[in-house]
Amino acid sequence: MAFPRINAVAFWMIPPAAVLLMSSFFFGPAQAGWTSYPPLSMDPATLIGQSLWLSSVILLGTSSILGAINFVTTIWEMRVPSMGIWQMPLFVWAMFATSIIILVATPVLTGALLLLSFDLLMGTVFFNPTGGGDPVLYQHMFWFYSHPAVYIMILPGMGLVSEILPVYARKPIFGYRAIAISSMSIAVLGFIVWAHHMFTSGTPEWMRMFFMITSMIIAVPTGIKVFSWVATVWGGKLRLTPAMLFAMGFVSMFVVGGLSGVMLASVPIDIHVTDTYFVVAHLHYVLFGGSVFAVYAGVYHWFPKMTGRFLNEWWGKVHFYSTFIGFNLCFLPMHKLGLLGMPRRVAAYDASFLDLNVLVSTGGFLLGVSTLPFLGNVIYSWLKGPRATGNPWEGLTLEWTTPSPPPVENFERLPVLTVGPYDYGHAGRDPSEIVRH
Amino acid sequence: MQTSPNESERLILAAPATEMAHEHEATAHAHEEHPDLRLFGFTLFLVSEAMLFVGLFVAYLAFRAVATEWPPAGTPELEVILPAINTVILVASSFVLHQSEAAVKKGDIPGMRAWFIATIAMGAVFLAGQVYEYTQLEFTLQTGLFGGTFFVLTGFHGLHVLVGVLLMSGVVVRSFKKEHYTPQKHFGVEAANLYWHFVDGVWIVLFLLLYIVK
Ligand code: HEM
Ligand SMILES: [Cu+2]
Repeated sequence: MAFPRINAVAFWMIPPAAVLLMSSFFFGPAQAGWTSYPPLSMDPATLIGQSLWLSSVILLGTSSILGAINFVTTIWEMRVPSMGIWQMPLFVWAMFATSIIILVATPVLTGALLLLSFDLLMGTVFFNPTGGGDPVLYQHMFWFYSHPAVYIMILPGMGLVSEILPVYARKPIFGYRAIAISSMSIAVLGFIVWAHHMFTSGTPEWMRMFFMITSMIIAVPTGIKVFSWVATVWGGKLRLTPAMLFAMGFVSMFVVGGLSGVMLASVPIDIHVTDTYFVVAHLHYVLFGGSVFAVYAGVYHWFPKMTGRFLNEWWGKVHFYSTFIGFNLCFLPMHKLGLLGMPRRVAAYDASFLDLNVLVSTGGFLLGVSTLPFLGNVIYSWLKGPRATGNPWEGLTLEWTTPSPPPVENFERLPVLTVGPYDYGHAGRDPSEIVRH
Repeated sequence: MQTSPNESERLILAAPATEMAHEHEATAHAHEEHPDLRLFGFTLFLVSEAMLFVGLFVAYLAFRAVATEWPPAGTPELEVILPAINTVILVASSFVLHQSEAAVKKGDIPGMRAWFIATIAMGAVFLAGQVYEYTQLEFTLQTGLFGGTFFVLTGFHGLHVLVGVLLMSGVVVRSFKKEHYTPQKHFGVEAANLYWHFVDGVWIVLFLLLYIVK
């Protein structure tokens, strides 16, 4: 890390932000959702809670900006001398793209939240229509950050999966440069699609058209990644470890979420299903089936590196299958519920939606239960799991050249790469010979 | 496409042996330090800061665009003379501060300090002018979109001027420490310069938007 102290500052901003956020519950809690749209967020009854919410989110945003500065500097300036940008692991590419999004998009959200705080606390009328203000402008500023934010959440996951699939398929990643470049183009394109969240906000026709087209275009780099992952796995000698199962689960579930995303990007469909459970289904397929699956895959893959011990593989598979089934049981029916017109963010629903909701709830409970084998596994294995060697999965990226867990300084000497990060399956190469010292 | 890592790897393997040996030598000390990247990081921070102002400026333009009339009927005319003088002072101060970098590169620490003190004084005059202007205005933060945007934009910028003055004072204090700034290493001087030019640039946009472009 280029700036360890700033990294620590960024990290330690999170607990106070959490306290602010949680304390909101005790003071007329914020209840305007994660979007915090005015006028809903300007209800005098929730003034204190909403203000605490705002200050918490501003603090978190600042923390992530500081983190992003660290990542961009480290990645751009501190690679080992033998690593050019085209030898960077794809996870590093993904973090680079993510950090650039954070640097550019987050301050605009901060600006919107500051203006909203002024409206709440100082009597300004920026977003207050009765005083001539413009609540839709808040939506624009909010989504200028919050659409890129969905890529902040998914790009690291995509990077993790790009690391994990080749290791367990024993094949070079397919389309290394294409995946790296698509991460960067998603980061850039992500800045010109935000109003697809506002098709029903009185958005003018030309704007709807523009954002519909850009939103569909951004599915292209996303699709390139998916095809590359499939081609990577294709014909490989698959080792179906829990990490690999979750990584492949990621690819398949993310495709479903991507497809519903493209449907939502189409104005006529979106007008019909916006603010219904169809959107809830979409966001869970990309965020749970996507980001959360990727995090699980990452934990199984790097747990031996982090702790020096293996997770139990059998319980890992129990975890995967229960998560996969519970997830689909919970979120697949939501597509249909949304198409039938069940609104999101409303607690009560029409009796005709009952049957599907029973499925959803069953899946929800199963999903809850599915975390137990995971948590148990992590706690038990951390204490008592079998010892792992430095490179148990025969990976070719640099972290696997260190002992498990790595010493404080990672590398005693700067390593010199002799193998690309994904050169699997070449005859006569011993995976332990990744670097030269 | 997929061959790229292999290609690049061949390049690495083909690297001349001397270069490898050199790398080896350079890394012989386990606790070597990486180059000073603070200016790089600080520049990234300013990119973020710039986006905050871009957001606020665009919001301001959007408010103007949706308003039926701008400035709204009954808003008193903004006095331009004082802010124009302030603009001249701030822009000039950027040039003054710029001299400090030349001075420190020549090892002239007292000279550098003098340029800093001059800039601090000019920044303080700017702030005083701003406060004076605030007291003369016939509208407040609560006066509709016009008052709100005016005070938020100028206030927010003023805050940055204040931070700049504090940063520069920090540099002045540190410059009394022996060898703190050398012709080769003077991150504090460079950062304060960069920050001040940034604050200056923001003001120029702000001045044009608020006072000139009607
Ligand atoms: C193929 C790319 C994608 C497209 C075209 C797309 C399109 C859309 C559209 C049009 C909406 C608005 C639906 C509405 O409110 O009416 C939406 C909502 C949403 N999307 Fe996506 N999406 C894509 C990928 C993603 C990804 C990768 C994520 C996150 C990892 C994501 C997370 C969300 C979330 C959280 C919402 C709901 C926002 C809210 O609370 O209103 N989407 N998406
Ligand atoms: Cu979006």
